[in-house]
Amino acid sequence: MQEHNISKGNFEQCLKCNICTQVCPMFEVNPHYPGPKQAGPDGERYRLKDPSFFDLTLKYCLNCKSCEVACPSGVKVGDIIQIARLKYGRQSNPLRDRMLASTDLVGTVASVLAPVANPILAFGPAKRVMDIFGVDHRRTFPKYSGEKFEQWFKKNAAPAQSRFKEHVAYFHGCYVNYNYPQLGKDFVKVMNACGYGVSLLEKERCCGVALISNGFGKQAAVQAAQNVDSIRKAGAPVLTTSSTCTFTIRDEYRNVLGLDCADMASTVELAVKWIYEKIASGKVNLRFRPDFHLKVVYHTACHMQKLGWALFSQELLKMIPGVELVVPEQHCCGIAGTFGFKKENYGYSQAIGQPLFDSLLAAGADAVATDCETCKWQIESGTGIPVLNPISILAMALLTD
Amino acid sequence: MAESSSFDVIIIGGGITGVGTARDCALRGLKVLLLEKADLTNGASGRNHGLLHSGARYAVTDMESAAECIRENRIIRQIASNCVEQTEGLFITLPQDDLQYQALFVERCREAGIDAREIDPAMARAMEPSVNPSLIGAVKVPDASVDPFRLASANALDAANHGAQIRTYCEVLSLLKDSGAVVGVRYFDRKKKETLCAYAPVTVNAAGIWGQTIAAMAGCEIKMLPAKGSLLVFGHRVNKMVINRCRKPSNADILVPGDVVCVIGTTSDKVGLDECDNIKVTPAEVELLLREGCSLAPELENTRILRAYAGVRPLVASDDDPTGRSTSRGIVLLDHETRDGVPGFISITGGKLTSYRLMAEQTANLVCRKLGVNRKCLTATEPLPGSEKHSNPDRELSIAFKAAEGRHGSLTGKMDFSQKSEVLCECEHVTRAEIAYAVKTLGVRNMIDLRRRTRVGMGTCQGSFCIKKVAEALACELGCPEMEQEFIREYVQERWKGMTPVCWGDSLREAEYMRKQIGRNINDEI
Repeated sequence: MQEHNISKGNFEQCLKCNICTQVCPMFEVNPHYPGPKQAGPDGERYRLKDPSFFDLTLKYCLNCKSCEVACPSGVKVGDIIQIARLKYGRQSNPLRDRMLASTDLVGTVASVLAPVANPILAFGPAKRVMDIFGVDHRRTFPKYSGEKFEQWFKKNAAPAQSRFKEHVAYFHGCYVNYNYPQLGKDFVKVMNACGYGVSLLEKERCCGVALISNGFGKQAAVQAAQNVDSIRKAGAPVLTTSSTCTFTIRDEYRNVLGLDCADMASTVELAVKWIYEKIASGKVNLRFRPDFHLKVVYHTACHMQKLGWALFSQELLKMIPGVELVVPEQHCCGIAGTFGFKKENYGYSQAIGQPLFDSLLAAGADAVATDCETCKWQIESGTGIPVLNPISILAMALLTD
Repeated sequence: MAESSSFDVIIIGGGITGVGTARDCALRGLKVLLLEKADLTNGASGRNHGLLHSGARYAVTDMESAAECIRENRIIRQIASNCVEQTEGLFITLPQDDLQYQALFVERCREAGIDAREIDPAMARAMEPSVNPSLIGAVKVPDASVDPFRLASANALDAANHGAQIRTYCEVLSLLKDSGAVVGVRYFDRKKKETLCAYAPVTVNAAGIWGQTIAAMAGCEIKMLPAKGSLLVFGHRVNKMVINRCRKPSNADILVPGDVVCVIGTTSDKVGLDECDNIKVTPAEVELLLREGCSLAPELENTRILRAYAGVRPLVASDDDPTGRSTSRGIVLLDHETRDGVPGFISITGGKLTSYRLMAEQTANLVCRKLGVNRKCLTATEPLPGSEKHSNPDRELSIAFKAAEGRHGSLTGKMDFSQKSEVLCECEHVTRAEIAYAVKTLGVRNMIDLRRRTRVGMGTCQGSFCIKKVAEALACELGCPEMEQEFIREYVQERWKGMTPVCWGDSLREAEYMRKQIGRNINDEI
């Protein structure tokens, strides 16, 4: 006799309780979005009957996975929606979507052209042109760095790493490489202070999160396979400073892109988790500046919530003497990577973010801490409060000789 | 007796044969009354696979039925396009089966005029990925799936459009006789709670398994041999094509994709006539269906079963065998004037869903002969309401509209999506607009009637989430808000009857969830 009934994508375990709909940030602000239950398990039954039941409103899913976190039946609601989008969807604005999703290509070009590209991207009339292109003029692209993190690392940090007995590998992600190498530098500083040397992967590609959310499944799978290969070869724990990259590699490669990489997933983790566990087990001891003072409000990024690791960041921050930590209720910031850059989504993106902006402002902190770079862009533009990765705060507070 | 009226023909029974006959007679210009003691398709018509046979299943054992099926299959695809899904079918041979049988099967299919093509097992796996991969032989045949509720509803609607009176919840109490002939019926309207009489020169007994009782009212004997067939409904489609086992017809060897679910069946067990009003599916039947189902499509092993149900085949003992041991599987049309000396009375029984139109045609021919009317049957060419060709210029239609269009075809345009687009049943995407339409046009009297016509509550949650909203909307559309609680009670009982035999795993969790939502216990009043 049948003992289990768990179909592919386990959508039939859905009891139709609608808890996912209750927690969906998009459903709350967008009357056109049917919500995760209908877009996911309900829609899937009809799509199995006839693919023409694919609903264009699925594009509104932020892939925040709040639905999956809330589901009492363990249904992978968000995955069902992502897979359907990859299988049946079409880009509404292919050129723009391709540009937004191709972080490696655009990042490489823009880094070279940084002195020219940055002022142009911030220039008013140029933003109006972006508007026609489908990128909202109220958005400001993150600045491109003239020197990529990888270049800096090879030149300035790599030689010194050999003095450490033990090593970790660093998956830096596109943001650190092209826009904000300072976070990578902070990571190296913190790891070295922990007594570990840092190496880079043999070849790192963009994790592919933007490709997945923009419907470029094939390209995402190619890059994922290359990353999986590099990660397997690393021979050391692979640490990260971006919750979204981490979540994509650990969960989306397997569940959405269908890669056979269960062995690899658990070797990739956020640096905050790794460091916290080392300190908690007494293997690492960090020394902090006695004069450090910072009031920090911590924002739990949606993918951090999905990973279930926000507590590691929070506990680590609490270990720093002089840090006063406030943790408000979790709320999506609304940007969802490239989603919020698109002209047609800007309004929804801001409407979702507003309650978060209000609660962060109400905290009266010096800085916001979060593990996600796109949350950083959204919160900085929405509140004007500087946003830092917990690793950067750790680096700032370290007592160095 | 408050009222009486006269007709050309009275038809007893709102199964597919009854409504088909009503439509045929109405299209020929006859004044028709149809009486059904419950809702349309309450008997065997609503409790089967929903398979539009290609006839292949009968090719080896009953050539006549096979040829009949393929002819009707082609006609029904044409006249009822919104009720039929052109799924096509496979007959598969598994390693434990005899491959010799497949050769005979293909030969007989061709003799019957069925386009049966042997295909490579690898090709069969590509065409139907859910099929048991260990198959050693496959034949493709023109099977299709048909929604019997919609088919009956479309026939009833068209009959009514041509002047027929379709009265559901009207139970025949006795036949009125005048010097040996049946001249009318006395019946009880269960909704209005009144007893009425109707008169017609011809009365047709199309009461299915209950036909024996109706015939007895005229003093005629028909020996029905009720055979129970049980089926399981799975939560979603695992197969796109009908999958049959290529062997002598046996238990649980057909898996039919119907709308968004799939159905495995059937079993076959003799039951007493007195059990037919309340048949239950046994654990042994569930186990058998599941085991055999998994040998057709192994994925069923891990697929949630929504419910189990059973129907009773109206098999008739052959007239030449009074012991009742041998049955007639074909169409049985009895003219009681020549058979029993009772003028004005006809019984139509036997047959199958696929051949309903032919049964109706033969019956209407006999009715016309008796009435001295000479009009041609039109049902083989006239499309049923909803299946007319139509197009929707707006390509970005809502899922709910598309789902409704899948159910009602061209008639979806009559629904008020501008005002009532709110989705009430989310599993099946049923809007208030569709509910209002069903109440206004399709003779819906309660939640169960509504379910048959719209799929309300037939999805994964079996109504747990939507039942209150739907009951409220229905009561409002019917103009009887006081009925809301009664609708819920009646509906939950009917759902639980189907859920109980398969209540484990996620189905059990769903039942618990329903209990919380509805505030009733699963064992209450079943």
